[in-house]
Amino acid sequence: MALPSKNRRSPATRAAPAGVDKVPSGIAGFDQVTGGGLPRGRTTLVCGGAGCGKTLFGMEFLVNGARMHREPGVFLAFEETEADLANNVASLGFDVAGLVARKLLVIDYIKVDRREIEETGEYDLEGLFVRLDHAITSIGATRVVIDTLETLFTGFSNEALLRAELRRLFSWLKLRGVTAVITGEKGEGTLTRYGLEEYVSDCVISLDNRVRDQVSTRRLRIVKYRGSAHGTNEYPFLIDEHGFSVLPVTSLRLDCPVSNQRVSTGVAALDRMLEGGGYYRGSSVLVSGTAGTGKSSLAAMFADASCRRGQRVLYFALEESSAQVVRNMGSIGLDLAHWQARGQLTIQAARPTVFGLEMHLVAMHKAVEQLRPSAVIVDPLSSLVTAGDPHEVKSMLVRLFDYLKMKQITCVVTALTNESGHENTELGISSLIDTWLRVRDIETAGERTRGLYLVKSRGMGHSNQVREFIISSAGVDLVPVAIGPSGVLTGSARRHLESEQRAEVLAGTREVARRQRQLEGKRRLVEQQVAVMRDALLAEEEEMRALAAESGERDARRASAAASRNAKRKPERRHEAAMSKEVRS
Amino acid sequence: MSPAKKPPAKKQTAASAEFLLRLYVAGHTPKSLTAFENLKTICEEHLEGRYRLEVVDLLENPSLARGHQILALPALVRQLPPPVKKIIGDFSNVERVLVGLDLVPVTAGRRA
Repeated sequence: MALPSKNRRSPATRAAPAGVDKVPSGIAGFDQVTGGGLPRGRTTLVCGGAGCGKTLFGMEFLVNGARMHREPGVFLAFEETEADLANNVASLGFDVAGLVARKLLVIDYIKVDRREIEETGEYDLEGLFVRLDHAITSIGATRVVIDTLETLFTGFSNEALLRAELRRLFSWLKLRGVTAVITGEKGEGTLTRYGLEEYVSDCVISLDNRVRDQVSTRRLRIVKYRGSAHGTNEYPFLIDEHGFSVLPVTSLRLDCPVSNQRVSTGVAALDRMLEGGGYYRGSSVLVSGTAGTGKSSLAAMFADASCRRGQRVLYFALEESSAQVVRNMGSIGLDLAHWQARGQLTIQAARPTVFGLEMHLVAMHKAVEQLRPSAVIVDPLSSLVTAGDPHEVKSMLVRLFDYLKMKQITCVVTALTNESGHENTELGISSLIDTWLRVRDIETAGERTRGLYLVKSRGMGHSNQVREFIISSAGVDLVPVAIGPSGVLTGSARRHLESEQRAEVLAGTREVARRQRQLEGKRRLVEQQVAVMRDALLAEEEEMRALAAESGERDARRASAAASRNAKRKPERRHEAAMSKEVRS
Repeated sequence: MSPAKKPPAKKQTAASAEFLLRLYVAGHTPKSLTAFENLKTICEEHLEGRYRLEVVDLLENPSLARGHQILALPALVRQLPPPVKKIIGDFSNVERVLVGLDLVPVTAGRRA
């Protein structure tokens, strides 16, 4: 929701026609989950057990408001003194004293001690109102945090009166037009121990810190948010040296942008298997395989290629330290150290068990937000399973992949499968994967070689052939495997077959040459015979012509002789003509 | 609260005041008035000539609430003699007020 940045502080609050006006909390991820932040001019209840971050949530709300929006805030502390509070959040980089000096923050510590107070009849909590009002007016605060209001219940015995006063307080806060955060301790089966939630109708947020298998995970849930759409799930959150960050689920909608742009895998032969282009930008790539099949090498090749393109890469190493990754990849000819030095490659190494799965993902999320990489590598993803149960792993990975897709970040993850691993059981995430490479061992003739094939690659034509996957000091390469009579041949068997084939080819060419020579000889023979025959023919023709000429002469001679004879006997010739006439009729 | 408008003067045996009391109220509400009346009666009866009573209206001086950690009103703070004691309410329960001011022998049951 777009919030009018110019916040007018009018006494009463009302929902804008477009919905609830919201105040950004500035807490990473939280504003996304709530679609803008906390309801402006209303009271939000933040409840949860001890140590789940309620106070920090409140403090960050105020500090962010002061720092980013210059909205002054009041922190009414019932549990910690001003000095304690300031010290506690100083480690998060919050300069409370500075904000107080700049009149952007007031911290008022209210001590409630039953032993010091003697109740002697009717009273009310007007003093609290006076103090709060004074604090608000003194700096023109628009944000108020009361931490933890329930302390009052331990300080005063008249619960009926307290409840009436609390009701008055909440309506007073609303009337005052401040955006308030009230924290409350979690009760047995209820959101808060003293049922504060019944006074807060606008927004209730529950924080939780669960321990499971000795790993604790913090979660945040929006119990209700009147007048606003909000995510209803539990969102993991993290408190680290920069404060609070919530991992928003971006998968509320499935409308991530898609790219037709291709990015090279770093292995030319693999690019050729993928229509010659490589992975789609922003797609998720899974490299799965058994131990020692070169999954990490493939991932590292991609990281190297991305760095070469001038992009930033974030490498999450979950089993090796950063130095170890660099050294190991040095053995296949990748110089990752110089990418690190240039700031293009960031390797974040963490033991999977160091914290819960959600924490890992929140940490990844944070790192991605900070570094804004073009490619993310998680190596290996499967070790995260040790930090949560498979079902949770899947749901978290959905979030991670979705998030990376929204950001158009290409993500290469590796997964270790056991020897008997079926293709469809690999963390159950195959359906989330766009391109799935499988590397497997091929054991033949006393040798272990590696084969790589593409299980799937969405949206592109791809080779369906197994390639032999060769890792050398020059990097990773793929060669087409040989298909022999006994199936796929790799390694020396392939080389053997290849040399055999070469020999065969050689023999074949020799045969052809021989046959060619033979044919040539034959042709020459035929041509010779043809020449001889033609000669004979020519001679015969010559003779024929001579013969013809001779007989012509003879005829001529005979004719001249006859002519001379005819000149002497003409009538005889007339008679001859008459005879021929008779024959014709 | 009309009588309270003479804060530093009420029954002042000047420097010799044994009891230094400060009453915090917020505005001239009926509750404030009742509290003041009740308190005055108790003081006159039990502390005659030995006390000095200041009345602080927090609506006029809100910042003063911080010093004595005032939360509930009306509130009476016994600044002298030490230790500092705090009593809240309209002082209608005389017994409790006396307990709160340490004016009742321990036998009367302090922590009732």
